[in-house]
Amino acid sequence: MVVAMFIATLTAATLRVATPILLAAIGETFSERAGVLNLGIEGIMFLGAFVGFYTADVSGSLWVGLLAAIMSGILLGLLMAFFTVTLGVNQHVSGLGITLLASGLALYAFRLNYGGSATPPSIPPFEQLTLLENIPVLGTILNQYMLTYIGFLLVVPISWWVMYRTSFGLKIRAVGENPEAADAAGINVFRIRYIAIAAGGGLMAMGGAFLSLSQLGAFTHGIIAGRGWVAIALVIFGNWNPSKVMLGSLIFGGTYALQLRLQAMGLQLPIPYETFLALPYIVTIIALVIAGRQASYPAALLKPYRRE
Amino acid sequence: MHVVEMRQITKQFGDVIANDRVEFQLKRGEIHALLGENGAGKTTLMRILFGLYREDSGEVIVDDQPVRIGSPKDAIALGIGMVTQHFALVPPFSVAENVIMGYRDSLSMDMKAIEAEVASSAKKFTIEIDPSAIVRHLSVGQKQRVEILKALFREARVLILDEPTAVLVPQEVDALFDILRNLREQGISVIFISHKLNEVMAISDRVTVLRDGRAISTIDTSSTTPSELAKMMVGRETFGVTRQGEAVADQPILQVERLCADDGRGLQALKDISFVVNSGEILGIAGVGGNGQKELAETLCGTRQPTSGGILVRDKQMSGASPSEMTAAGLGRVPEDRHAGMVGELTVADNMVMEHLSRFTKRGMLDRKAIKNYTDQLIEQFQIKAKPSDRARTLSGGNMQKLLLARVLANQPDVLIAPQPTRGLDVGATEYVHNQLLEQRQRGAAVLLISEDLDEILALSDRIAVVYEGEIVGVLPVHDADIERLGLMMSGVIKENKDAVPQI
Amino acid sequence: MPFPKFRLEKTGAPMWFRGLIPVITLVLTFILTSGLIIWGKANPFEAYYYFLIDPLAGRVSFLEVLVKSTPLILTGIAVTVAFVAGYYNIGAEGQLYAGALAAAWLGTVLEGVSTPVAILVMVSGGFIAGMIWALIPALLRVYLNVDEVVTTLLTNSIILFIISAILNGPWRDPQSGWPQSPEIAEAARLPQLAERSRLHFGFVIALVAVAVIWFILTRTGFGLKLRAVGLGKEGARFAGIQVKRTMLLAALISGGLAGIAGYVEVAGIQYHLIGELSPGYGYTGIIIATMGGLNALAVAASGLFFGLVETGAQTVSRALGVPVYLGEITQATMLLVILGMFLLQRYRIRRV
Repeated sequence: MVVAMFIATLTAATLRVATPILLAAIGETFSERAGVLNLGIEGIMFLGAFVGFYTADVSGSLWVGLLAAIMSGILLGLLMAFFTVTLGVNQHVSGLGITLLASGLALYAFRLNYGGSATPPSIPPFEQLTLLENIPVLGTILNQYMLTYIGFLLVVPISWWVMYRTSFGLKIRAVGENPEAADAAGINVFRIRYIAIAAGGGLMAMGGAFLSLSQLGAFTHGIIAGRGWVAIALVIFGNWNPSKVMLGSLIFGGTYALQLRLQAMGLQLPIPYETFLALPYIVTIIALVIAGRQASYPAALLKPYRRE
Repeated sequence: MHVVEMRQITKQFGDVIANDRVEFQLKRGEIHALLGENGAGKTTLMRILFGLYREDSGEVIVDDQPVRIGSPKDAIALGIGMVTQHFALVPPFSVAENVIMGYRDSLSMDMKAIEAEVASSAKKFTIEIDPSAIVRHLSVGQKQRVEILKALFREARVLILDEPTAVLVPQEVDALFDILRNLREQGISVIFISHKLNEVMAISDRVTVLRDGRAISTIDTSSTTPSELAKMMVGRETFGVTRQGEAVADQPILQVERLCADDGRGLQALKDISFVVNSGEILGIAGVGGNGQKELAETLCGTRQPTSGGILVRDKQMSGASPSEMTAAGLGRVPEDRHAGMVGELTVADNMVMEHLSRFTKRGMLDRKAIKNYTDQLIEQFQIKAKPSDRARTLSGGNMQKLLLARVLANQPDVLIAPQPTRGLDVGATEYVHNQLLEQRQRGAAVLLISEDLDEILALSDRIAVVYEGEIVGVLPVHDADIERLGLMMSGVIKENKDAVPQI
Repeated sequence: MPFPKFRLEKTGAPMWFRGLIPVITLVLTFILTSGLIIWGKANPFEAYYYFLIDPLAGRVSFLEVLVKSTPLILTGIAVTVAFVAGYYNIGAEGQLYAGALAAAWLGTVLEGVSTPVAILVMVSGGFIAGMIWALIPALLRVYLNVDEVVTTLLTNSIILFIISAILNGPWRDPQSGWPQSPEIAEAARLPQLAERSRLHFGFVIALVAVAVIWFILTRTGFGLKLRAVGLGKEGARFAGIQVKRTMLLAALISGGLAGIAGYVEVAGIQYHLIGELSPGYGYTGIIIATMGGLNALAVAASGLFFGLVETGAQTVSRALGVPVYLGEITQATMLLVILGMFLLQRYRIRRV
């Protein structure tokens, strides 16, 4: 029973930890499938976390906060698209610029509204849904936030369906593989890329808002802590396929959750607990090396498209 | 009654007038050839019609209505489709996905139904293709058929084909012509861009000849002759290059023995290739594009690793050597793709010395003066229109090729590898390159000329080897070679040399 | 839905326009950020006075600009070397910490040596440590074709965990319990260059690094190889340049220079290693390198300017109560504006 409960809590924690990274990675998948590497992801998540928190605090509604966060992600996505699609400048540098800008904006606005107080302000976060509460193991696992359910049961299947079963998804993949061909076929390369990057930005911000609105009920400097970079790696690991990206986020979430559980159990380990914190990153690099061998990058990734 | 009319079309790129008040009319259900040399303005005119370029002035009229074609999308909406030389296909997609891409805007896609629809459309136009096949795995001819089907599926009434036969073997050309005749029966108009007279004579109903951006004339094919068309197309005497005397080929310099290589995707591109190039001769490698020429050139240049076999330069085994080792062994290498053979963002001088950097550095430091003098000297010697400090990418194709030739020939290499050395060059530059190759032959170098241009091969080579699907299917002296026999060899119908290792 | 279409035309911008670019960049950045300053209840003109002019007016604050720019110049030049060779090293931040770690350790060992020896040993130590931390992503990129952007980002996170483990473990201060390394020896500290100022010899090291990299890139055969590989791998390979080896060397030199940035911060400012040693110098280095157009001298100038922005952000925060993060926003805005400007130098945007 102890083992079963351990596994149950571990699974529950895995899903919880995986949620923000999953959402962001799916967002990045859309962007990269359309041919644009969005390194703005870290900043978009960060600003999303702040905007979600701030709007929820002011409006008193967590859902309004979530919506506002998504809007902020879409706006930053559009800005990213302006630089990479319209102007066609270096995607690495403009992405990092967006990250710096978004982080700066979030911290600036946070300081203006909440001052520099030592104890971070907090709001009551989303409640966890308690489904099948009375069934011991399953109940524990299903004890999750609404956004986790939305992420795993709505965002992933819908993304997969859009990508592979709709003509819109066909267009996204076409502009990321061969924009010249897509253009010649009458597809508006610029519009499709704009939409994909903006939608991706919305999902990234949603991932950030999960942390501030569901998990913490607060906004802190270290709230994202490199999760965006992990999401970038997971997209490659998942070969730009939403369902495989989900698998990757679960592996990452699992290692991270294990570390959390072990720490929570107060075990005295002969190795520092940071080993476990670093482990998911190391696992991700190893996974990249293994998956990267046969990774099929979207052929037009990083390449701006210009008509002759 | 014209489907398309183009009036007084003018298009200028910088100082070059690509189209100068061109008039063009297309009837319903005709195959209309657009004939002209490279750079005559054929492709530019058609790119305007398809919305890829915008005309500077002039008028486009479709079905008697003046139209503004701002993008391919507009063109497609007007029933105009175009198949360019670079196929606009998405390799990882299936045939059906490529065909419907950007055309079917239903939210949800039922791939089975779409494939059935594509299949029935293909059947209607007598195009043989499997809709579920992945485009990456198709042959060049099949890809071209996908492109044609793509245009027809979008209800094209006007189909523009830009040099469609350049990439095909004769048999595939026949199949293409059958398709085109069938389209004509169905009332579809075809614009056939070409510079090959015999094809124009064989397939077209009318011909419009372009020269130096001007429309010279439009005539019925049945009322003209190839020589009349040739005169209109060229408009001047052509000076062929002349080879002087028979080769004094005596000494084997480059020996290639049972060379094998992959194409980078795990498919065998070279199968036991063997040949010898002697000093003072040009060996021409003829063949339709995509039969291993690229891989052969890359392997000899050291940029592709062979899987097995030998490359001997003056009896020294160089198989698998790096580019710099190849250069050091006396192998002069001109790249197939000029842009890929140099660093366009660096200067002419930088590119000129890049192969022999150690000669121009003293204790690690660049000897700038020596570099400049050397470059100045070569610019003069090879008549390159550029300054040493110009960025290489700003040079014209001909001057780029001169730069690359100068870089190599200044070192008087024993062997010269010249893959597609005149591709995309104008007449003057082509002649220049031809003379340079012949000069090297005269000097006693062993020259390997790889070309898809059969006329070039015939004009320059002492012996001709034909490649087909990565194999040498025959080697013959130029005086034994006639076009028909070569054509049959190039299409794999006859193989002359079963054991292609010639006596050394 | 009508959608605006733009077309970029390749036309060289007139010279007068090129000369105006820095001015236009500044003005645009000012306009774009002034809304935020007003939101922060300050007058934008006043704010920009404190931001860009006031720090240069006084001796102390001017020297402080040089102090702030020291690590920025080093990370900027580090990123430059990698980017010139087409290796997208986003890992300067992690490599900086690797160098800092080495410096913190060497600093406790080098008790009693002379200052020049200490500097020599510690510069080498920082360089080697940065190189080692850059090695794995570089090898993965060059030999297994694993994207260096992603791996360097991940290794940045990993080294922070390593530092945290060491600072909370063996190096935790036994008295105060602070997670910081023991103070480095007197001899290991970088000499001060001016009285009543934090300006230290690390600034000179940064300038020397700039000079060396400038010389390598513009005057040596190796520099030409680096540029060739960065501007056209295929062409470089065809001409016989060993692309993999060249790229690997660029990545390692880049890591080493970033490591020196970590060393100067430890030995010049902090005198011990802390987890918050860098507020993102490595990432800012990417921006500095880009703004400097990957030209070593311009990168140094851009590093100095960023030092001014960092100092000015603090001045403006103290004087007017505007949050100090205005600095980050200004840097980011300026980067994005200048990215657009670079493009306008070569293209004209035309609506079609």
